[in-house]
Amino acid sequence: MIAHTVFFYIFSLIAIVSAVMVTVSKNTVHSVFFLILDFISISCLFIMIGAEFLGMIMLIVYVGAVAVLFLFVVMMLNVAEQKGQWFSSRWDGGTHIPVGLLVSLIIFFELIIVIGGWKYKPDLLNSLSINISTQVTNTRSIGNVLYTDYILLFQISGMILLVAMIGAIVLTYRERAGVKRQSYVKQISRERSEGVDLVEAERNKGVKIDA
Amino acid sequence: MDSYFSILFTEVYKILFLLVPVLVSVAMIVWLDRRVWAFVQKRRGPNVVGPFGLFQSLADALKYIFKEIIIPASSNKLVFVLAPVVTMTLALISWAVIPFGENFVLADINVGILYLFAVSSLGVYGIIMGGWASNSKYPFLGAIRSAAQMVSYEVSIGVIIINVLLCVGSLNLSDIVMAQQNLWFVIPLFPMFVIFFISALAETNRPPFDLPEAEAELVAGYQTEYSGMMYAMFWLGEYANILLMCAMGAVLFLGGWLSPIDIFPFNAIPGPFWLIFKILFLFILFALVKATVPRYRYDQLMKLGWKIFLPFSLFYVVLTSSFLLYFDLLPGK
Repeated sequence: MIAHTVFFYIFSLIAIVSAVMVTVSKNTVHSVFFLILDFISISCLFIMIGAEFLGMIMLIVYVGAVAVLFLFVVMMLNVAEQKGQWFSSRWDGGTHIPVGLLVSLIIFFELIIVIGGWKYKPDLLNSLSINISTQVTNTRSIGNVLYTDYILLFQISGMILLVAMIGAIVLTYRERAGVKRQSYVKQISRERSEGVDLVEAERNKGVKIDA
Repeated sequence: MDSYFSILFTEVYKILFLLVPVLVSVAMIVWLDRRVWAFVQKRRGPNVVGPFGLFQSLADALKYIFKEIIIPASSNKLVFVLAPVVTMTLALISWAVIPFGENFVLADINVGILYLFAVSSLGVYGIIMGGWASNSKYPFLGAIRSAAQMVSYEVSIGVIIINVLLCVGSLNLSDIVMAQQNLWFVIPLFPMFVIFFISALAETNRPPFDLPEAEAELVAGYQTEYSGMMYAMFWLGEYANILLMCAMGAVLFLGGWLSPIDIFPFNAIPGPFWLIFKILFLFILFALVKATVPRYRYDQLMKLGWKIFLPFSLFYVVLTSSFLLYFDLLPGK
């Protein structure tokens, strides 16, 4: 099992170092790259404890989709312009520091609760009303509980995501005037009689089109 | 510790046994691509170096190796160098789970298809990193285009995979092949196969969806600033990805290593050959599409992905699952 331990420490080390680098690195795009590295090493840890389904979903959803959007947004910011300003010591009233402190305190206490809960894990596993079989693959066992016991919560979280998605579209959508769009129906249903006109032109007068 | 090293060495040997043929076939496939392209356009194509020009790719590779690697002064150097490496690595590691025959696979993991999907969704990073690190307008625009395009078409590929998985009941690639023993999925899921093929073209930035490198608009897209071996790595990674998409199509829809009919002259041919035939068949289709179809406009591309493919494949998921449920064919009871 020594190889297992070595790999565990390698991945954990990469995860922690890259998590620190996310906040430390001056270049925002580098931060996102470190975030991606962090996600990847976390999913490696998931795979190491045998939760390969979670690990792969982590890769597909966070690395494959969410982080791409992060990169999109961050790249659109003009990084050259921000240099020196992003982490400047300029005091802007200090509104962000109390909020940041509050959030980090909450996260700190949550972590304490999670680590404390580790002690009660064996009791918790025994007292579970759903039975988790160790014989089937974890994809199957997740599917078994997700779509039966937790179907309501699963559906509700799906609905919340859908509402958020529609809300984002509604908030950012604006109708612009004067945009030319291609309409396949219009193009295909165009007939010769509408497209071509034969005009009797008088000599030395010319013809006015689309009057 | 000792047993660990012996396992390590046998694995390294197996990996080399897989990767060397893949790399050689990538070089050959470039030649094949150019030949097919030329034949459609009534040209001869590369036919000078070696018999039928077979060694053309080798000559090209030599040329790339001896060319100078130019790193632009204003680029972000580390990311710039890393980008082709990422592309190449990601294109190669996905081959680990492709089953070439029964028990003839490097890593027979439970979630093989998810692994393939995850790695192909990481492929976009090589391109974004290259485009951003070049610190130049055309590569950046190309990278943005390509990222949007790959993310969009991944969605429909994911839904298509769900269609196949509904019929299999397992995420393991060998199980997916074995589930097609009686009927290849290309027959019941033919519309999905067509959509998968087109999405694969878009996912690998092949014509007619090669907008990230549309030379009339963006010079060469994200590759503009690259030269020498780094350019070649992008290029090899792209072709390895194309081959991988063909392999994925063969495994998901064309029955992987299975022979088309289970009678003597066909089932005497070993499985890996059947898989290679199927990959080649799909690749020649890819090449024919490249030679015949004009490039899409970007808004048409997005419309096709989001407004046509995604709703249709979602509808097909509902259709497949209701069919399976109604006739009580759902696997994995």
